[in-house]
Amino acid sequence: MKDAFGLPQSLLVLGGTSEIALAAARRLIVRRTRAVWLAGRPSPALEEAADGLRARGAEVHTVAFDALDPESHETVLGKVFAEGDIDMVLLAFGILGNQAHDEREPVSAVRVARTNYTGAVSAGLVSARALQAQGHGSLVVLSSVAAERPRRANFIYASSKAGLDTFAQGLGDALHGTGVHVMVVRPGFVRSKMTTGLEQAPLATTPEAVATAIELGLRRRSETVWVPGTLRLVTTALRHLPRAVFRRLPV
Amino acid sequence: MPADAAPDTAPRTITASLTGWGRTAPTTARVIRPRTYREAVAAVRDCGARGGIARGLGRAYGDAAQNAGGAVFDMTGLDRVHAIDVAGGTVLCDAGVSLRRLMEVLLPLGWFVPVTPGTRHVTVGGAIGADIHGKNHHVAGAFARHVPSLELLTADGGIHTVGQGTPLFDATAGGMGLTGVILTATLRLRPVETSWMLVDTERADDLDDLMARLTAADHRHRYSVAWIDLLARGAATGRAVLTRGDHAPLDALGEGTRARRDPLGVRPTTRLPPAPDLVPDGLLSRRTVGLFNELWFRRAPRARTGRLQRLSAFFHPLDGVPHWNRIYGRGGFVQYQFVVGHGQEETLRRIVRRVAARRCPSFLAVLKRFGDADPGRLSFPVPGWTPALDIPVGLPGLAAFLDELDEEVAAAGGRVHLAKDSRLRPDLLAAMYPRLADFRALRAELDPRGVFTSDLSRRLGL
Repeated sequence: MKDAFGLPQSLLVLGGTSEIALAAARRLIVRRTRAVWLAGRPSPALEEAADGLRARGAEVHTVAFDALDPESHETVLGKVFAEGDIDMVLLAFGILGNQAHDEREPVSAVRVARTNYTGAVSAGLVSARALQAQGHGSLVVLSSVAAERPRRANFIYASSKAGLDTFAQGLGDALHGTGVHVMVVRPGFVRSKMTTGLEQAPLATTPEAVATAIELGLRRRSETVWVPGTLRLVTTALRHLPRAVFRRLPV
Repeated sequence: MPADAAPDTAPRTITASLTGWGRTAPTTARVIRPRTYREAVAAVRDCGARGGIARGLGRAYGDAAQNAGGAVFDMTGLDRVHAIDVAGGTVLCDAGVSLRRLMEVLLPLGWFVPVTPGTRHVTVGGAIGADIHGKNHHVAGAFARHVPSLELLTADGGIHTVGQGTPLFDATAGGMGLTGVILTATLRLRPVETSWMLVDTERADDLDDLMARLTAADHRHRYSVAWIDLLARGAATGRAVLTRGDHAPLDALGEGTRARRDPLGVRPTTRLPPAPDLVPDGLLSRRTVGLFNELWFRRAPRARTGRLQRLSAFFHPLDGVPHWNRIYGRGGFVQYQFVVGHGQEETLRRIVRRVAARRCPSFLAVLKRFGDADPGRLSFPVPGWTPALDIPVGLPGLAAFLDELDEEVAAAGGRVHLAKDSRLRPDLLAAMYPRLADFRALRAELDPRGVFTSDLSRRLGL
């Protein structure tokens, strides 16, 4: 069960090698989390991530999970939920793609969309139903500031996150009053392996800062969390800029 | 999403999001309100895979009367007072009867409830399940000591009469509803001549002064409690207002006064308007609470004896403000109550100093001295010191801070109160409650499928 601070005792991470998710898991293990399920494609990286969390005192299981295979989600996640209550699901899988390449290769672009959006729709709905049956739990969805306004340089990724973000907001409304809390997390540019080699955007943040914001959001039962918080204002301003002006901004 | 499609004969069932009095950690359950014992039996039999738990008036601070995804039995529909023995001083009533109702019925007959907490809005079933204590614990013990017997609806659907002193009784007293649903109870009452209290008030300059005063004179009064100013620092750390009282005898009421003409009268309670539903989160800041505490301390007389006060004003001042729990804002609050035994005064001093240094905006902080331990396996009281304080959940770093305090308490052989807990680290529980293994063994035998389950029992693995 979660406690008065919204801190979970059991955690399921979808996208078990995500740096942000692992930073969040480490932080939650310091507090109350004792059992962690890391779901992802079987790989040495996934096992390494599990070992890293075990070293911090949690009981960690790995689960073979493929965002690109929605047909399997019901079975795979069903098994995890059958083991006992999951207090928090962290939906953290996602790929950035390579905008220039993906524009030339529509199939690669579709892969971004299928992972970030289609996979999340299925995994999100499966998790939501299980949490609803429990009568409690948090579904934390890693969206992006890109979901709020696409830029020329990342609109394929941004559109997939926009879909995910809209889906998660609606899901949160649908689950209101069921005991399940859906929280959409919108980080800005996060310095991680996903963004290695990219030019750093203003107001860049770290996986640890996102983890801190997630813990705070759980306590406050927030529905939307921006990391850093100032992005909320900046993005609101940018969203209302006329497109002709926005297009010329060096963002 | 309400699902009220039950046929006429079934008890009223709604799906609702529930929290404890601290308004933290909401979870959703099917709330079933039985109106007869038969309906209660059916509710327990049909409660489903995620089990059920009894709930009274929702005054437990944490998650003891919540059951995410399962059933919650709202016992307030079973609220009959069956029989009062006016000569012998006992009452037989349903578990859903509130102490408030009992007081209204019993006071005109010259009887008072044996133990009352800081609110009269608790049910008899809840009072036994949490084995509540009051300002008279040092002389009277906790609630279940005054219950010769009760009727318990167990997981198999059977109803058992459980007498005091049996293992099942001791598991039920303080058992947080996990042994079954209490249907009725017999209570031994306390005779009173009037519905008034004779109250002494004194100020203590610091914690040591307070502890000395409590130790020296607690036994001379039936009721005793101290309010502590936890925002006072330095030499004034732990300064307090100590309030002690006894039931006023008839001749304490002045000749010819209105009170004397109707000494056992129960005045309809004056109620202030309820606290609004939406209170800004920062209302209880260090500044506002500090100001309140300063005034409260200064307002109390340095020493005053024999003041007449109404029962409700003495025992339940906060009941005058309906929904006072809302003033802590949307995030809610936790009540931290622990006990450390005699000889562990140093731990108490250290914790009070730490809380004072951290400047928790707590305007409700009290200290009491417990008498003998109670027989309930998970009953909270042990002889010693028990502070309780309310703290808004939003205070930065609070979760980690309270974890540190828990460790000090456990190391000193103390414990935190389960009816108030909403955040204890599960692995500290066994150290705090040495009879936990006993309780678990009895529960495993009585309820092997875990029919009686609550968020508290899931969270702490009770």
